[in-house]
Amino acid sequence: MDWYPLWNSLRIAAISCILVFFSGICMAYYVARMPRALKGILDVVLTLPLVLPPTVCGWILLLIFGLRHPVGMFLQTAGIQFVMTWYGGVIASAVVAFPLMYRTARGAFESFDETLAWSGRTLGLSDMYIFWRIRMPYCKQGIIAGTVLAFARALGEYGATSMLIGYIPKNTATISTTVYQLWRTNDEYSAFIWVLVNIAISAVVLLTVNMLEKRNRERRAS
Amino acid sequence: MSMDVRIQKQLGAFRLQVSFQTHGGILGLLGASGSGKSKTLQCITGIEKPDQGCISVNGRVFFDSEKNIDLPVQERRVGCLFQNYALFPNMTVEDNIACGVRRVCSAARRRDIVGTMMERMRLTGLNRQKPAQLSGGQQQRVALARILVNEPDILLLDEPFSALDSYLKEQVMTELDNLLAQFRKDVVIVTHSRDEAYQLCDSIAILAQGNLEVIGEKKRIFADPQTPAAAVLTGCKNIVAARRAGPCAVYVPDWNIILDAGQPVDDAVCAIGVRAHCFHEQTKENAFPVQIVEEIEQPFEWIVKFRYAVQPRETVPVWWRFAKMIRPEAMPSRLGVKPADILLLHENTPRR
Repeated sequence: MDWYPLWNSLRIAAISCILVFFSGICMAYYVARMPRALKGILDVVLTLPLVLPPTVCGWILLLIFGLRHPVGMFLQTAGIQFVMTWYGGVIASAVVAFPLMYRTARGAFESFDETLAWSGRTLGLSDMYIFWRIRMPYCKQGIIAGTVLAFARALGEYGATSMLIGYIPKNTATISTTVYQLWRTNDEYSAFIWVLVNIAISAVVLLTVNMLEKRNRERRAS
Repeated sequence: MSMDVRIQKQLGAFRLQVSFQTHGGILGLLGASGSGKSKTLQCITGIEKPDQGCISVNGRVFFDSEKNIDLPVQERRVGCLFQNYALFPNMTVEDNIACGVRRVCSAARRRDIVGTMMERMRLTGLNRQKPAQLSGGQQQRVALARILVNEPDILLLDEPFSALDSYLKEQVMTELDNLLAQFRKDVVIVTHSRDEAYQLCDSIAILAQGNLEVIGEKKRIFADPQTPAAAVLTGCKNIVAARRAGPCAVYVPDWNIILDAGQPVDDAVCAIGVRAHCFHEQTKENAFPVQIVEEIEQPFEWIVKFRYAVQPRETVPVWWRFAKMIRPEAMPSRLGVKPADILLLHENTPRR
């Protein structure tokens, strides 16, 4: 049994999750304090990957990073190629998972009591301190939930990934593309094992989310 | 110790236009909700930016639109007690207070400062508690402790008692009164309660619809509120339109009587105010026949509404209030008002 797809999937999901964690929080923080009109437009743009079919996202990514397109050509001269490479999978997963992190983080930031920040400022605390020591702990539950959701989405990504990086065994194969390949080649037994692996990972993720929500409820009740 | 505030700010249809100077002591900003008193406070802390004007405290300029000065909130050294106290919910009481220590010092020294302040504010033993576990009074003391270790130049309190139960309020108010007496720096208290303003403040500024109506020593404000809006906020129940009817007399159309005001009346007088407890059966001045309309029983006093015999039916009855102990056998048929108890009111023309 070749465990490469598990390792590759975890690697792609972990890296894209880290990218999405910081970019999602950053965008959520700034969009939450934008003027209404701009906020509406940016919100649609940033949420689009959640609503669009993943294959459409993949097609758009190919349009950008494809080897016959300007950005892709430029990157290739710099020695970077996102098409048919495992780190292209990071881009595909990050794009698709981004809205989940962004939206949950924004919801958390919007529920933040802004007088806490002002009170910190009157005490002479820097905005940096306020962000990391007051705002983030206050919004902790929402941000953790967003991260878990983004990780789960990145791990299960199929559509955009298969379009951008395809399926090369021991190279770009992920769990989800492997399951599809095995089913196509009639290897029911191996496909079944991967399905079990997938279910196990999903169960862990869901249990984590539920546990966080429960802790959140208890904290509010006390 | 002085404060100079002259600001203008347009907020939609609402226009805030406030200017006042203080020379030490405790100033109360008294106003109804939406009168702009909290906005004024926010302009001083730097949360809101005025369109025009200047703000300076003890000679330090916080804001000056002409010189393009707008000091960041962090550098203003303004201690602000927010309505909900704004304690950081994720931190313990101790950490909350430690956040306020502005001085750069060792961790041990910092702990020392926090410990001393906690003792002074009677918070000993609550070190590891989270704000949500504290009572309203304790939360307020933690917030004040956090502000005091911050060593602010000026203290601003925004409705300091609005989050407290009424029975707790009086006790906390007395504590705060003592604390402010020790603070010895400028204090501004925003409130809508004339009782709080009277008990805690030295001088009072009255705001209505974004304008500063009157400002002055509190006893003078209560004795002579000058404008109808100020009279309402100092608790005057009977405010009616009036006009000059002689050198020392006013005619009150709603009551259809002429009253002796006991002092020269100018043409600018637009209304008079008579406090509800100022009517007496024995008073011979300004005494007219009355008809009782309604009697309302309160725990310790009676509120009686009456109309003068010559007063038109459709007008609002007059409020009369007296302690239960002195309730007469029968309701009087005549009530008088001393000329000194008649407040002459002018339309928004501060004369001080």
